[in-house]
Amino acid sequence: MSRFQKRFAELKEKGEAGFVPFVVLGDPDEETSLEIIKTLIQSGADALELGFAFSDPIADGKTVQEADQRALASGMNTDKCLELIKRVRQFNEDIPISLLLYYNLIYQKGIEKFYKEAKEAGVDAILAADCPVEETDPLLEAANKTEIDQVFIVSPTTTKKRLEKILKKCSGYVYIVSVLGVTGARASLQKRSIELIKMVRPFSKLPLCIGFGISKPKHVKNVIEAGADGAIVGSAIINIIKKNIGNKEAMLSEIKELALELKKATR
Amino acid sequence: MKKETRFGEYGGQYVPETLMPALEDLKKAFYKSLKDKKFNKEYETLLRDFVGRPTPLTFAKGLSKKLGCKIYLKREDLAHTGAHKINNALGQALLAKHMGKNRLIAETGAGQHGTATAIAAAKLGMECDVYMGEVDIERQKPNVYRMQLAGANVIPVSSGSRTLKDAINECLRDWTASCENTHYLLGSVLGPHPYPTMVAHFQSMIGKEAKKQILKAEGRLPKAIIACVGGGSNAIGIFKAFVPDKKVELIGVEAGGKGIETGKHAARFSDPELGRKGVLHGTMTYVLQDKFGQIYNTHSISAGLDYSAIGPEHSMLRDLKRASYSYATDKEALQAFKILSEEEGIIPALESSHAVAFTLKYAKKYKPKDIVIVNISGRGDKDLDIVIKELG
Repeated sequence: MSRFQKRFAELKEKGEAGFVPFVVLGDPDEETSLEIIKTLIQSGADALELGFAFSDPIADGKTVQEADQRALASGMNTDKCLELIKRVRQFNEDIPISLLLYYNLIYQKGIEKFYKEAKEAGVDAILAADCPVEETDPLLEAANKTEIDQVFIVSPTTTKKRLEKILKKCSGYVYIVSVLGVTGARASLQKRSIELIKMVRPFSKLPLCIGFGISKPKHVKNVIEAGADGAIVGSAIINIIKKNIGNKEAMLSEIKELALELKKATR
Repeated sequence: MKKETRFGEYGGQYVPETLMPALEDLKKAFYKSLKDKKFNKEYETLLRDFVGRPTPLTFAKGLSKKLGCKIYLKREDLAHTGAHKINNALGQALLAKHMGKNRLIAETGAGQHGTATAIAAAKLGMECDVYMGEVDIERQKPNVYRMQLAGANVIPVSSGSRTLKDAINECLRDWTASCENTHYLLGSVLGPHPYPTMVAHFQSMIGKEAKKQILKAEGRLPKAIIACVGGGSNAIGIFKAFVPDKKVELIGVEAGGKGIETGKHAARFSDPELGRKGVLHGTMTYVLQDKFGQIYNTHSISAGLDYSAIGPEHSMLRDLKRASYSYATDKEALQAFKILSEEEGIIPALESSHAVAFTLKYAKKYKPKDIVIVNISGRGDKDLDIVIKELG
């Protein structure tokens, strides 16, 4: 049983949904990033979604873009990201880890090599943000070989026909994009998000995790009530990092506070 | 026209899921338009009456004498708005209109594509937002005013390298949120399918006209066609009609910037260390990047060539050895800018000046009877500030 399967089964038993924070590896630097991730785990994260910084993140809004820039400026690269994941694994054996990154980073290492090294580092699932189901076969081959879950995005524009194609290839969990647009914190939840969860629910037994624009405990509550199994929160956490650059103590304590609140909303 | 998403191993559709249905709709609409007589008539009428096509093929008397062969210039600089970009902008804007989308977004580097899109939007009564890097806004001011005059909203891009690459990022982000009522009017043979195929189609009249014109003037085909290559739309536009004529040499000229060895250039094919296969902006092609796949910031004196990736069809043509690619440096382009102005009374865009610069180096190998066609993709008025600064 994969870590994702196990964790979501446990959550179901407890009658909870998953709180899945997203941060960019190495934002604002390697050491602080590790402490942020540890704080998130200690404050109730049920799984982690970790981003690899990319120079041209077309699926991301300003918040994640800037996080990518900070990480790159601090010297992060694919190898260092994998090293950092190993250190997270040393800290926690059980938490499911999913990667969210861009195709070119996988491609430049060599697809098979990337999956192999990711597996060794302790990665459970991979989502390539700019790789739709049409282009995923080379990734799926490597994913199958290494027993890494290949996660796909379902978005508000996804048609029923595409949904079928996606669900045939998706494993681990389904990443539901809650808004029409790029990543970023938003003040209110679109009605469409709820409709989308309800549309996908009958077609998949996989856990449904919803992300993009989920930034408040209230959003988390709403999507879970609509049938989501997990809520992914990125920009709201990254905004705290940005606000507190140079003041690690305040940064970590604010992140802890938000994480605890978000986790509470999943119960 | 083939409906595959790839050119050999290049091309494809590397975009977030949200955009896939929009690309699917676009693909369908584009292939449908190819057979739509009314659409094509409307497009052709616009090209003739609004753009002023066909553009002339001018015999370059001074340059021919200087180089010892017959040089002809394909005059895209005489197209309305002053560059070939208008051909594609009108084609896509018309298509968007037929699809019921009334808002256009576009990226622009030199400002030529932004201007063309703004003008197409004005002509067809559509809304238009143009994303432009802050660096480019600074170096191509006259085009910013032109876009604004035509009623477009110019949005400065302050992220990343603040040039064309980042303007494309912003367009893709905008489109991800707006694809239901907005058409992304991509300006070169780049991006996810169907863009490279579609833009090539909407530029292919350049080569078709040139072929007819040279056969009329000389009764035979040229030895070589030379064009500058940023993304590569003017080059594909003129190459396409000649691809089946295997004896016609097709040469693309990239931006050599400050020299390949300095790393400050936009020569994807000429720098084997930085220029490797990869994925940028939805397409698999040659991309300037570091070892880990982070995209490398390019340099060129010409904003229109200042881009990290080359159109996927060019990558295929190069693999097939049907086209070859070289480069000209900033310095060489500036000299060519001056020489063409003096010898021919034609002030070329700095982009096109790269094609002229390479011709100056290369054409000496030809015999007096040999014909070479150089694509003058745009006019140089927009570049006067830069040239004055550089040449004094």
